[in-house]
Amino acid sequence: MVQVTLSGSLKTAVGGQSEFEVEAANIHQLLSRLGQDHPRLKPMLERGVAVSIDGQIYRDDWFRPIPPGSEVFILPRMAGG
Amino acid sequence: MMPQVRVSTTINGDKVDYLCEPDETLLDVLRNRLGLTGSKEGCGTGDCGACSVMLDGRVVCSCLVLGAEADGRKVGTVEGIANGDKLHPLQDKFIEFAALQCGVCTPGFIVAAKALLDRNPDPTETEIRFGLAGNLCRCTGYDKIVRAVQAAAAEMRKG
Amino acid sequence: MPLDSRLDPATYKFKVVGTRPSRPDGLDKVTGRAKFGADANAPGMLVGKILRSPHPHARIRRINTAKAAKLPGVKAIVTAEDFREGDPSLRDVLHNVMARGRALYDGHAVAAAAATTSSIARKALQLIEVDYEILPHVTDVDAAMKPGAPILHSDMITANVDPAPKKASNIAARHEFGHGDPEVGFKAADLVIERSFKTEATHQGYIEPHACLASVGSDGQGELWVCTQGHFMVRNACAELLGMDVSKLRVTASEIGGGFGGKTTVFIEPIALALSRKAGKPVKLVMTREEVFRASGPTSSSSITVKIGVKKDGRITGAHADIRFQGGAFAGSPVSLGAMSAFACYDLDHVKAVGYDVVTNRPKQAAYRAPGAPMVAFAVESVLDELAKKIGMDPIELRLKNAAKEGTRSSYGPKYNRVGLSQCLEAARKHPHYKAPLGPNQGRGIAAGFWFNFGGQTCVSLNINVDGTVVLAVGTPDIGGSRASMCLIAAEELGIGYDNVRAVVADTSSLGYNDISEGSRVTFSTGLATIEAARDAIGKLCARAAKIWDIPADAVVWENGHAKPSGPNAGNFEPLSLAEIARTAAKTGGPIAGHHEVNADGAGVSFAVHMTDAEVDRETGRVQIKRYTVIQDAGKAIHPSYVEGQFQGGAVQGIGWALNEEYIYGKDGRLQNPGFLDYRIPVASDLPMIDTVIVEVPNPGHPYGVRGVGETSIVPPLAAIANAVSAAAGVRLTELPMSPPQVLKAMDAESGAKGRH
Repeated sequence: MVQVTLSGSLKTAVGGQSEFEVEAANIHQLLSRLGQDHPRLKPMLERGVAVSIDGQIYRDDWFRPIPPGSEVFILPRMAGG
Repeated sequence: MMPQVRVSTTINGDKVDYLCEPDETLLDVLRNRLGLTGSKEGCGTGDCGACSVMLDGRVVCSCLVLGAEADGRKVGTVEGIANGDKLHPLQDKFIEFAALQCGVCTPGFIVAAKALLDRNPDPTETEIRFGLAGNLCRCTGYDKIVRAVQAAAAEMRKG
Repeated sequence: MPLDSRLDPATYKFKVVGTRPSRPDGLDKVTGRAKFGADANAPGMLVGKILRSPHPHARIRRINTAKAAKLPGVKAIVTAEDFREGDPSLRDVLHNVMARGRALYDGHAVAAAAATTSSIARKALQLIEVDYEILPHVTDVDAAMKPGAPILHSDMITANVDPAPKKASNIAARHEFGHGDPEVGFKAADLVIERSFKTEATHQGYIEPHACLASVGSDGQGELWVCTQGHFMVRNACAELLGMDVSKLRVTASEIGGGFGGKTTVFIEPIALALSRKAGKPVKLVMTREEVFRASGPTSSSSITVKIGVKKDGRITGAHADIRFQGGAFAGSPVSLGAMSAFACYDLDHVKAVGYDVVTNRPKQAAYRAPGAPMVAFAVESVLDELAKKIGMDPIELRLKNAAKEGTRSSYGPKYNRVGLSQCLEAARKHPHYKAPLGPNQGRGIAAGFWFNFGGQTCVSLNINVDGTVVLAVGTPDIGGSRASMCLIAAEELGIGYDNVRAVVADTSSLGYNDISEGSRVTFSTGLATIEAARDAIGKLCARAAKIWDIPADAVVWENGHAKPSGPNAGNFEPLSLAEIARTAAKTGGPIAGHHEVNADGAGVSFAVHMTDAEVDRETGRVQIKRYTVIQDAGKAIHPSYVEGQFQGGAVQGIGWALNEEYIYGKDGRLQNPGFLDYRIPVASDLPMIDTVIVEVPNPGHPYGVRGVGETSIVPPLAAIANAVSAAAGVRLTELPMSPPQVLKAMDAESGAKGRH
């Protein structure tokens, strides 16, 4: 089970709730299951998000494993210049 | 179409003849007709110095000089600064002092800095900064450029 | 890839990493041999030129190209019809490349022509007839948010608002980050300050305008030479917009004359390709400087309100930021990054940052070095400066008391790994600059800054030549000196000399996909891939030695550039150098190479502290920067000279942004200063030397501890300078740029009835 926190803006698609428990072993499973459970969240997840696992930010890394007990955040898609 | 102008000039010591439009800039002639792409167009309005060349011993923005105006005169570009395979001290020091990053402003700086040192072999930091105020650089913040010019000046004074 | 435990930075002695050799592209750049975007030519080449809307907002009723097409010498004309509406994620890029139905800003491309000479191409543009219906326009971010403002997109419903608005507006999205409740925090404070700030749009200011040479054959195969930060991105985007297979387009990255984020997208490249395809000839398209300002991607202008509460002892109890960015005519300003980074330097229980992404009739913004962060840091660090003064606390002390550390919950959510902010603050406090005396009308300002730094898709190919030299093919354009750093890294891993490694930026047909050179990712990602590719090659070299010695492969180790038996039991063989193994490669199994393909992760955030002394001329309002010091955490500096170069370059862009640079729009909605004369970037005579201190707190996510450095350096300067100028002028400046008339106005308002003398 993964404890995941949605960053501010993503919360609005799920009625303001920010913390969820999801059965997932990697980022892909996490995003797929969240999308399944919350259809309004699905398009935002598909457009692109970044996922932080224990402070490390991953962009587009489906099979990055999520170790049990890690702190997981879903953040908007980010890029620099 | 207006008839083209016939120009006879000396570029980096070599005699060069070319035809150009009356309204064509020297920069366009160098880059598009003569293959000397070392001089760069950063603005086309004489504000950035990336097109700096020597014209009869004076630094000018070649984007503000007509190709026709070079007739009978001596032009010096960045391609003529090194002596065969021997770099000018400015070129050596720019590399050594990391005075370039993207390098697009570098040809203009080399030409302008050489003109500065030819005129004033022992410039103060302020004189270097004002002497090069006509050359824009966006990558380096000018710090290492000034240091490179100081080092080149010192080396040239020795030799 | 984690920090290599063998390489404890306190004790490990790198052989070449950390030294300052000459950069491999230096010779070409000082002699004028280096080839940039506009330096390529092709036989039969045509010149392309773009017709641009002179109106900030207009419906395009009709475009008539008939007269232009008849002009002798004109070989092709394109409009929006020549591009494909395909991938929805590229829709805004496509509509920005060429206006479709409506021109949305002064400079928006509406048509283009290719002709045998540039004067014929210019004449052709004059002959294209465009029937415009002028519409009302809006260019200010706050004005665009007001009800009754002209609406740019009739389908723009503000995202992330629940319930969704019923009417279209110019607000593309709302973003919110933070935790706790700032109101609770403010109630617990001894002092609360709330201030509003404004910054104007600025341009990355790269000296090289966008330029490309496109050549498409009748078989649909295309070649593109272009100055870009991401040639694989250019290939993919252009293939999509032109309806080509990705494999049919080969893009070569030229040397790039500056990017800073402004060359991370496409503007003219699809147009050049479309013209070339129609004409059946190569087309060279180069932006003029005026076009660069009007129609490439400046950064957002902003309007920001910040409220921070502190206790008398300096602890911040609550923080709130309301951030409004306009990103030009399309959604996507970096306001969410601004909101995420706003309070990232501090350890806060109650923090909230809200951002609004607003559209206006201005060019579509593009990334500019730490997009979104500098403006917000200006606001936050100015308020902290004021708070420090009011409670009588040293500004560095205030920041140290609240500094984010390992384990701190960031204002954007995740907890930090090992980070170096406190070390930068301590280094600032100890620096001689901090205690140097100040003269009359001088003030000192300090500010902290943060940037995320990113990883991304990266691959390299490391090939060993018969003479033992190595060629490293990378896919990330070199925008900061990365080729030198990659050679250092490969040389370090292989145990050979720096001069024996040559790094080249491969074209899109010669290497696998690489993400754009952005996000301060190259030294980190391409460096990491290089380390892995070198280790891959080392494995193969050891296997060859094992075969030559007829011992098991795992009985061979690599040390100081040589394969050696791992111990006396393995056998008594003389070590074989890389060159020796390479010489017989043909006979021992063929060419030897190492590869690595990865989606690099583990990039470490970086913090910086800037310190500056400014002097104000009370007669003219002119500000002179007298002294400037950059202190930034680089994790591990691979080539210190180029790390310093990034620190200095970012600081000076910040100086320009703070003091002089701004996009000036007239009431007519047109850009008034699209040139380097009136868009005034710093020149050498404006500046002092920029001192630098490289702090190294290793990033646990990289084998050598590398952190990106390119972007963090532009985050603190706006605030540091505003704090210095405010101290010197005796009045708080809250709008950028602090140009002489603005400083004078502020000082006059402050002295009020007293008058100036």
